[in-house]
Amino acid sequence: MLSIKNLQAQVEDKQILKGLNLTINPGEVHAIMGPNGSGKSSLASVLAGRDAYEVTGGEVEFYGKDLLELSPEDRAREGLFLAFQYPVEIPGVSNINFLKTAMNEIRAYKGLEPLDAKSFLKLSKEKQQLVEFDAKLVNRCLNEGFSGGEKKRNEIFQLAMLEPRLAILDETDSGLDIDALRIVANGVNALRSKDNAFVVITHYQRLLDYIVPDFVHVLFDGKIIKSGTKVLALELEEKGYDWLKESVHAPIV
Amino acid sequence: MEKENQLLEEIANSEYEYGFVTNIETDKLPEGLNEDTIRFISAKKQEPEWLLEYRLKGYQAFLRSKMPEWQNFKMPDIDFQAISYYAEPKPKKQLQSLDEVDPELLETFEKLGIPLNEQKLLAGVAVDAVFDSVSIATTYKGKLKELGIIFCSFSEAVKEHPELVKKYMGSVVPHSDNIFASLNTAAFSDGSFVYIPKGVRCPMELSTYFRINAQNTGQFERTLIIADEGSYVSYLEGCTAPRRDENQLHAAVVELIAMEGAEIKYSTVQNWYPGDKDGKGGIYNFVTKRGICKGRKSRISWTQVETGSAITWKYPSVILQGDDSEAEFYSVAVTKNKQLADTGTKMMHLGKNTKSRIISKGISAGHSHNSYRGLVYVGPKADYARNFTQCDSLLLGDRCGAHTFPYIETKNKTATIEHEATTSKIGEDQVFYLNQRGIDDEKAVALIVNGYVRDVINQLPMEFAVEAQKLLAISLEGSVG
Ligand SMILES: Nc1ncnc2c1ncn2[C@@H]1O[C@H](COP(=O)(O)OP(=O)(O)OP(=O)(O)O)[C@@H](O)[C@H]1O
Ligand SMILES: [Mg+2]
Repeated sequence: MLSIKNLQAQVEDKQILKGLNLTINPGEVHAIMGPNGSGKSSLASVLAGRDAYEVTGGEVEFYGKDLLELSPEDRAREGLFLAFQYPVEIPGVSNINFLKTAMNEIRAYKGLEPLDAKSFLKLSKEKQQLVEFDAKLVNRCLNEGFSGGEKKRNEIFQLAMLEPRLAILDETDSGLDIDALRIVANGVNALRSKDNAFVVITHYQRLLDYIVPDFVHVLFDGKIIKSGTKVLALELEEKGYDWLKESVHAPIV
Repeated sequence: MEKENQLLEEIANSEYEYGFVTNIETDKLPEGLNEDTIRFISAKKQEPEWLLEYRLKGYQAFLRSKMPEWQNFKMPDIDFQAISYYAEPKPKKQLQSLDEVDPELLETFEKLGIPLNEQKLLAGVAVDAVFDSVSIATTYKGKLKELGIIFCSFSEAVKEHPELVKKYMGSVVPHSDNIFASLNTAAFSDGSFVYIPKGVRCPMELSTYFRINAQNTGQFERTLIIADEGSYVSYLEGCTAPRRDENQLHAAVVELIAMEGAEIKYSTVQNWYPGDKDGKGGIYNFVTKRGICKGRKSRISWTQVETGSAITWKYPSVILQGDDSEAEFYSVAVTKNKQLADTGTKMMHLGKNTKSRIISKGISAGHSHNSYRGLVYVGPKADYARNFTQCDSLLLGDRCGAHTFPYIETKNKTATIEHEATTSKIGEDQVFYLNQRGIDDEKAVALIVNGYVRDVINQLPMEFAVEAQKLLAISLEGSVG
């Protein structure tokens, strides 16, 4: 569904992504790990179309379309979802109205009628249960005054509502307490199907105990320097990144 | 009576003497304002003599007044003598079907979600007798009458209830208040009158909308609302349909009087033509609105959503005379392109334990300038008066300006006055977040703005709130980026 070839991007004249390759098929879960500042969130941002990033090379294909040609909202409407590392607060905008707008925009793009109020509420109830999201938060303003963990859980609630084809979770686990981590992971697992895929950005094996990845990649200095199975994550947990960094800097003979 | 009739006849006949009306069929007075024009207007409307005198007093005050100079924009040169001060209810060309209406206007109606019948009404298309609102209006008229509520045009009130008009007109906004109020006093065309008797809770929102077509009120309307002891009324002014107008002066006067225990809620959605992108055309909106909490425990609240006009100059104010009275001012003012808004309020605390609350939200886009100007005055007898002011500005883009001028004048040490102010920009992060959920820039900004003004919009009656939200979205269209 997604194929990234030799992707290069910069922000404020600083090269961040330096030739990144990644292919994702429906039904797969990919974990991306890597040291702070290696470019994980940048990759997510570039895929989602954040303005500050300039793509300087490479290509990205999403379901046969040139993803980089699409506006951020059309990427979302095509089924790309980003659970933000730092979700923003939008004061005064009701969470549920925002979601309804989002959902109906996406439906309109697909040529579907807007969901009537009743079906929308029914769906919202179902998904709240699925990801155990507090009904009170649903009716509050979008992330306004939410705790760090509540914001992350709101991302997952939105994910459940919008049912994207590809979801990128950027450190959704950080800031979650132990119970919340399990709940969020269960939610994600419940949403997994043979038709959708997940990219899980994380620093910790803990999350991958719950959401078991098919592939694990290590991002370093704007490139994927190693890919493997879930075993790689365990290895990283044990050894850190240094052994890999060395192999990058060593001249390839 | 006989004498009065005679007088009227004399005045009516004297028209010809002055020669400014050569043809009685004419529906428009030539440009210019002088005592004769005023006499002509008064006679045309068959007004009693005291009202003519009052108009003339207003005119004298107008002659003595200077243009205000303190506002935060350059006052345009308004040629008061280039305006015609009397026109018969415009014999607008009756349109036979919606096909004859400017398509751009229809598109706007469409966006506002105004039902077809109302579209016809607003566009001035001959409306079938079966039009729903007509019957609704008459049903309510009956109901209102039963309760003793008077709700009619100002001219009608002058005829039917002269004692009330005479007693209260000019009691809150004196004829010499400011040049525009004086001008209005001299030349007002028509307007609305409301009286709610003691202890009556008006069962419906009263709205100029019901009368707008019958009346076709002019640019100098007057509104007078009196809520007698223990009564309640919610009044809605204006409708959200855009008017196509040239560069015109609009100088209205609104007076509210709340007796002991009475409450008046006054809501406005103002969407006069703002002029084009380059600032050509548009309405000069110079309006004087003031209420008085006359009795103990009375309440007045002003809520306004101002999106239109080339220039908005208005400060809906409240005199808190009665002890324990309360006043509120909730405002959203949007400016874009080259629009100018200088708006705010005055809260004059005279009575003990009086409370006021000011929430002002300015939104500026394009090259526009948006100023909040507020005065909180606490008089020597106003023990324990309290005011809370929150005044927020939102900037879209970096070529617009937001300014706040809060003045506080207190002559009583027991007063508590709080003031909060913020200026913010719509965050790129916020827009991107919404984009990432499938919402385009324009809708994203509309959502964010609606969130920003929520505290004010929530004060509006339900349907009005919905319309105001749509209006905000429409007026900010194209202001993004
Ligand atoms: N707007 C910006 N201006 C300058 N540098 C930026 C900007 N945004 C990101 N960067 C830089 O790009 C690099 C990659 O950042 P990114 O957020 O992608 O890292 P990350 O892998 O997600 O790190 P973490 O694990 O800490 O979340 C960092 O060095 C960061 O400082
Ligand atoms: Mg990151």
